Amino acid sequence: MHEYLDGEILPEHKNILTVHLKSCADCRQHFQELEKSIALVKSISHVQAPADFTQKVLMNLPKEKKKVSVKRWFSRHPVLTAASIFSIFMAASLLSHWSGDDFSVTKNPDLVIENNTAIVPEGETVTGDIVVKNGDIRIDGKVDGSVTVINGEIVNGESYMASAGQVKGDIVEINEAFEWLWYQMKHIFESTMNMLTGKE
Amino acid sequence: MDEFVKSRIKQVRKGDQNAFGEIVELYKDKVFQLCFRMLGNSHEAEDISQEAFIRAYINIERYNIDRKFSTWLYRIATNLCIDRIRKKKPDYYLDAEVAGTEGLTLYSQIPASQLAPDEEVSKIELQEIIQNEILKLPEKYRAVIVLRYIEELPLLEISKILDLPIGTVKTRIHRGREALRKQLRHI
Repeated sequence: MHEYLDGEILPEHKNILTVHLKSCADCRQHFQELEKSIALVKSISHVQAPADFTQKVLMNLPKEKKKVSVKRWFSRHPVLTAASIFSIFMAASLLSHWSGDDFSVTKNPDLVIENNTAIVPEGETVTGDIVVKNGDIRIDGKVDGSVTVINGEIVNGESYMASAGQVKGDIVEINEAFEWLWYQMKHIFESTMNMLTGKE
Repeated sequence: MDEFVKSRIKQVRKGDQNAFGEIVELYKDKVFQLCFRMLGNSHEAEDISQEAFIRAYINIERYNIDRKFSTWLYRIATNLCIDRIRKKKPDYYLDAEVAGTEGLTLYSQIPASQLAPDEEVSKIELQEIIQNEILKLPEKYRAVIVLRYIEELPLLEISKILDLPIGTVKTRIHRGREALRKQLRHI
């Protein structure tokens, strides 16, 4: 009988059982009672874990390694990940501009170049902005625009304020990598804004 | 499904708790049910099944990834249930003979829970009766009966869960069935 209920009965045993159950009322009853109790046990409806079960388990786990949560954060936020990778490259490329140490000056017919120094000759007025990179600028005349000096300075023996009178726009000296970066970003931002507003 | 569980477990081993959350979701009902039928009340069942998952997480390195995960998990849960039953066991046994009587056990002093066969028994009452009969089984029979007929697991898996030879599992199932038959035949 138990072989049968375990589902492991051999065909010849099964025949013997069937024949015997037909003739023996006691065994037949016993067998039916066994089958019935199994059916009853199987019938009790399936219970489910409480709704907040998983939450509770996770709350009680020992703390996870930080490495993983950072990784998961990146995989969860692909856009931010892309943005942060982009900004790293961006900064790197802007900085690589910075590290170039060739002397360069905004092209302007009125400017005179002498040994890594751009000179605004006396009596002349330079119209437009001037950017000097890796060199100095001496302003003897006037500038109708801003002057930016990167990795260099405004020379003249005169003080800053004196030349300020000769320059209509802003005077900016940039000598640090960070400032350079800031300058570049501001520049990009401004040109983007101009593009957006259609000003050029 | 097995592949899914495997990949989640690899994540868990790297320390990913969310991956473990997916595993809990997958098995929580089965583990809770096992504990509920073994212990008979939902509060304790929740306690023990929570504990089972937490232990599985802590000991995840010891799990052999080539074996079935559910077997390992059920084993933790079953052992915790059996420990709990042993701890809370009262100092009297229902099937111990009452002193001064011949063959009379405490069972006979409990009002018969079964109703006359022709009486209408509501489904909920019936479930309570069955659950109570399962709870009356000594824990070694209870475990095999719950695993076999409520979790509906094959004999081989039960023998792995309980770390017993398959012959022993069969004997226990036979005895458990006979005990249930005596209690449930009048329903």
